[in-house]
Amino acid sequence: MNIKDRVVEIIAEQAVLEPSDVTMDSTLEDLGIDSLGLVESIFAIEEEFDISVPFNANEPEKSDFDISSVSSIIAGIEQLVKEQS
Amino acid sequence: MKRVVITGAGTINSLGQTVPDTFEAMREGRCGIGELEFRDVDRLAIKIGGQVKGYDPEARFNRQQLALYDRFTQFTLIAAREAISQSGLQFSGELAARAGVILGNSGGGMTTLDDNYRTVYEDGKNRVHPFVVPKLMNNAAASHVSMELNLKGPSFTVATACASSNHAMAQAFQMVHGGLTPVMVTGGSESMLCFGGVKAWEGLRVMSKDGCRPFSATRNGMVQGEGAGVFVFEEYEHARARGAEILAEVAGYAMSSDASDIVMPSKQGAARAIRGTLKDARMDLSDVGYINAHGTGTAANDKTESAAVADVFGAHADNLMISSTKSMHGHLIGGTGAVELLACIMALRDGVIAPTINYDEPDPECALDVVPNEAREAKVEVALSNAFAFGGLNAVLALRRFG
Repeated sequence: MNIKDRVVEIIAEQAVLEPSDVTMDSTLEDLGIDSLGLVESIFAIEEEFDISVPFNANEPEKSDFDISSVSSIIAGIEQLVKEQS
Repeated sequence: MKRVVITGAGTINSLGQTVPDTFEAMREGRCGIGELEFRDVDRLAIKIGGQVKGYDPEARFNRQQLALYDRFTQFTLIAAREAISQSGLQFSGELAARAGVILGNSGGGMTTLDDNYRTVYEDGKNRVHPFVVPKLMNNAAASHVSMELNLKGPSFTVATACASSNHAMAQAFQMVHGGLTPVMVTGGSESMLCFGGVKAWEGLRVMSKDGCRPFSATRNGMVQGEGAGVFVFEEYEHARARGAEILAEVAGYAMSSDASDIVMPSKQGAARAIRGTLKDARMDLSDVGYINAHGTGTAANDKTESAAVADVFGAHADNLMISSTKSMHGHLIGGTGAVELLACIMALRDGVIAPTINYDEPDPECALDVVPNEAREAKVEVALSNAFAFGGLNAVLALRRFG
């Protein structure tokens, strides 16, 4: 499985949806993922890819890690995997 | 109903190891937050905290005591000794039988847990010290205070996360107020500044890596502290009859539950606790001159708390002062309300309002007078102390100037 599919699977599990329901332009809010769900998803992503995601819930907009849509999250993780591998 | 006054105060925290030292630090707007020093700190992403430094347990306690006292118990006993010494009380006979101790605490002996998990998991040993359980249980501090002071009345520990101390002090107040006992020892303590304690908090991603800046637009999370605050709550006539010095009057309290979210605060829940306190203390909005804010420095708390204060006080919200001393001593979790009550006493008794330090940019969502960066002289008749915990459990206390 590529990075994109693995991330979609993690997000789908968090949202209790089928991976096919998670579209690239969905926001986490669209998928019903709240702030705790976001923190839990980031933890699952860090464990899955053995990376460290720089994310502070107090200032999500200041983080280099863009969480505005599923596609931006995937792009951010692809970048981190490249940098941290 | 009996009037309740405070006749003794004690503390140890990152700003000072006595009440006078803590008052001086608050007056000067000193910051007690710095680099954490303990084993494996290099494996943490969060490396700052309001740690008690320059503290030598062996100078305060003997070997047998230290085998039984976790750091949170040590802090509690140090604060209790100072408070009792100031009050001049001794507990024997009828007074000992009726007086008790109610303390707030959230984590119990986290250092003891951390050390002993290391022993069995990391070092692979199959044996731990025989006193692990009596050392880590979160009523250990209350029990040791009761033993050291001979308090034989109602005694227990309250755990409501960040509101523990306020819930504990409200209970103690209620007991004296209702005539159950003439004296209660109360307050709270916490010491989670160890590898496992901070690692757990890191996971929530609400901690700041660089400082605690409550109400400032630049705030980016909370910073933990440690320590204890202990007070003597005494029935007024009892205190007067023995000529005790009265620091302030405890005028009322209220508790509420948000019943909504395990971590996100609620404006309605906070507002209900503040309103309830004013009603319980039979006060008008305009009586309140100072609020010691919960003010954690997280994005969510500070804007929610500001909105709750604005809602409750209306136009008077612009006249009162509200500061978060967590900017100086950090967030003591279960002990925080106790150390913060000191700022209320200082405001009422000395007419000095402790500042919110590290304030560098106004946030339109926190548009209150947060006493930025420098302490202020002001005569205040009534001070409130807010505590709004994870889990949505809230407790607010009202103190009134005495004399």
